[in-house]
Amino acid sequence: MARLDETPHGEVASRPVAPPAVDLQGLRKDFGSVQAVRGIDLTISSGEIVAFLGPNGAGKTSTIDMILGLSQPTDGQVRVYGMTPHQAIGRGLVSAVMQTGGLLKDLTVGETAQYTASLFVQRRPVAEVLERAGISEISDRLVGKCSGGEQQRLRFAMALLSDPDLLVLDEPTTGMDVEGRRSFWAAIREDAEQGRTVLFATHYLEEADAYADRVILVRQGRIVADGTASQIKALSTGRTVRATLPGADRAALLALAGVETVEVRGDTIIVQAKDSDEVARYLLTQTAARDLEVTSRGLEDAFLALTADDGATATTVGSPT
Amino acid sequence: MSTLSSSTPDLSGRRVPRFGGFNLTVLRLEVRRLLRNKRTVLFAVLLPVVFFLIFGLNPQYADQNAGNGNVSAFIMISMALYGAVLATTSGGAMVAIERAAGWSRQLRLTPLSPAAYIVIKMLTALVLGLASVLAVYVVGIITHKPSMPVYLWIVTGLSVWIGSLLFAAFGLFMGYLLPSENVMQILSFALVLFAFAGGLFIPLDQMGDLFQTIARFTPLYGLNELVHAPLTGDAISVSAVVNVVVWLVVFAGGAMWRFRRDTARV
Repeated sequence: MARLDETPHGEVASRPVAPPAVDLQGLRKDFGSVQAVRGIDLTISSGEIVAFLGPNGAGKTSTIDMILGLSQPTDGQVRVYGMTPHQAIGRGLVSAVMQTGGLLKDLTVGETAQYTASLFVQRRPVAEVLERAGISEISDRLVGKCSGGEQQRLRFAMALLSDPDLLVLDEPTTGMDVEGRRSFWAAIREDAEQGRTVLFATHYLEEADAYADRVILVRQGRIVADGTASQIKALSTGRTVRATLPGADRAALLALAGVETVEVRGDTIIVQAKDSDEVARYLLTQTAARDLEVTSRGLEDAFLALTADDGATATTVGSPT
Repeated sequence: MSTLSSSTPDLSGRRVPRFGGFNLTVLRLEVRRLLRNKRTVLFAVLLPVVFFLIFGLNPQYADQNAGNGNVSAFIMISMALYGAVLATTSGGAMVAIERAAGWSRQLRLTPLSPAAYIVIKMLTALVLGLASVLAVYVVGIITHKPSMPVYLWIVTGLSVWIGSLLFAAFGLFMGYLLPSENVMQILSFALVLFAFAGGLFIPLDQMGDLFQTIARFTPLYGLNELVHAPLTGDAISVSAVVNVVVWLVVFAGGAMWRFRRDTARV
């Protein structure tokens, strides 16, 4: 795992302040022979907006289920504000917006919110929360007659009713159109400005980029990178240099500044580098390289490289200078 | 991390609700939801009334003696029992729909304790059960046919209502066992069979010996005898009491077993 963010989270724990919003230690989850989560250590401080980014099946939902107490870890420990998930939920400290389901078709929007609100000791007025979620005008509509986007806004409203300190969103915009996604995130963003801690899982790169302060990349049940959105973005600014060079000196290429990987396929070399100019200059002046080609690596490529199923690229992520 | 101190949550101000989250708002909304289901109301409230009007007023036998009252009163109690058990079964079986919809999972993200949830389901079922009993008894009063002392109207009505809790447990058990939206269609059919075997529709002594023998082991047999005992004045048989106790253990135990499995799900 590459630690991009050099902020020592351990320092927070040593101060006499409230425990972190989320603290995961050696978290593992097996489903039969399938290892969904293979050892996750993670600390999320109060006030952070964190994206859990990874492809489908990376273990995002399994991890979130354990944070919410919906499933028990096979091994490891979950602490939410220093408590078990069950204790934190009982106190209304944590709420969540799940992907699908979780609504009764034969209650109205307003009734669903009243029902949920009545279960908490500390709660915000139902009317105010419906307003904030933008569904006050459909308060009398049966949930079964609401569109997917309206139902998702209702789930969001339900999550806000207890005025939680931590809001967990599991792929909250799945199935929404572009406009729906944008307005949903605008509402989340506005809400988070009040200092709420937000953890959301997504497989949309642009969502993590646009809305998170901190992005955690997960792949095959492990964290492969952890840093600010801009640090993660920096990973994808590199370029690929391809050239024909018989008998290439791999070690020399790797020694160049900014080179991440060097692949030799017969006479062809493929170099991934942050500073492609440096590589090109070296190849053209110091070696017999020809057919030189420089292509930029997109955001999508970086994401794919970091989350690809073979482990080879995971270690290539370095700290930015 | 400079924002940490300003956004540190005040954990001390956060409390867990009393009674595991049980409250009257939830009960009111659950009852409203159940009454919104036209099919349930039709079968549990209107149908028993119609049955009473068809079978309970027949001049050939309605005024005949049935112990401390007449046969019309006897049939009224039977129909109230049929309606009440349909109502409480429906109420209990709502867990099937809620589990299928993911609502049970959603509730696990709230402070509502599983025990409080079951109490809410039981009470909701009882409210609809009460509506069934009242509907049949009120129609009975209006028709002037059923005859028994006033205190027996109250005693039998209460017996039917409280006895129907047995079937709230049945509904819960089945609701956990058969997680589907149309569980009540299966259960309504089962209840019709139980009602015949329990002697709610046709007196059992008009049936064959084999049927009578089998009937003694079915879940409405004992309850039916118990709720009629104040009217008939007959001594309560041991087999009726054993029947009710055994089925209560089966249904409540079964519901508890499935419920534990459900909440312990990993």
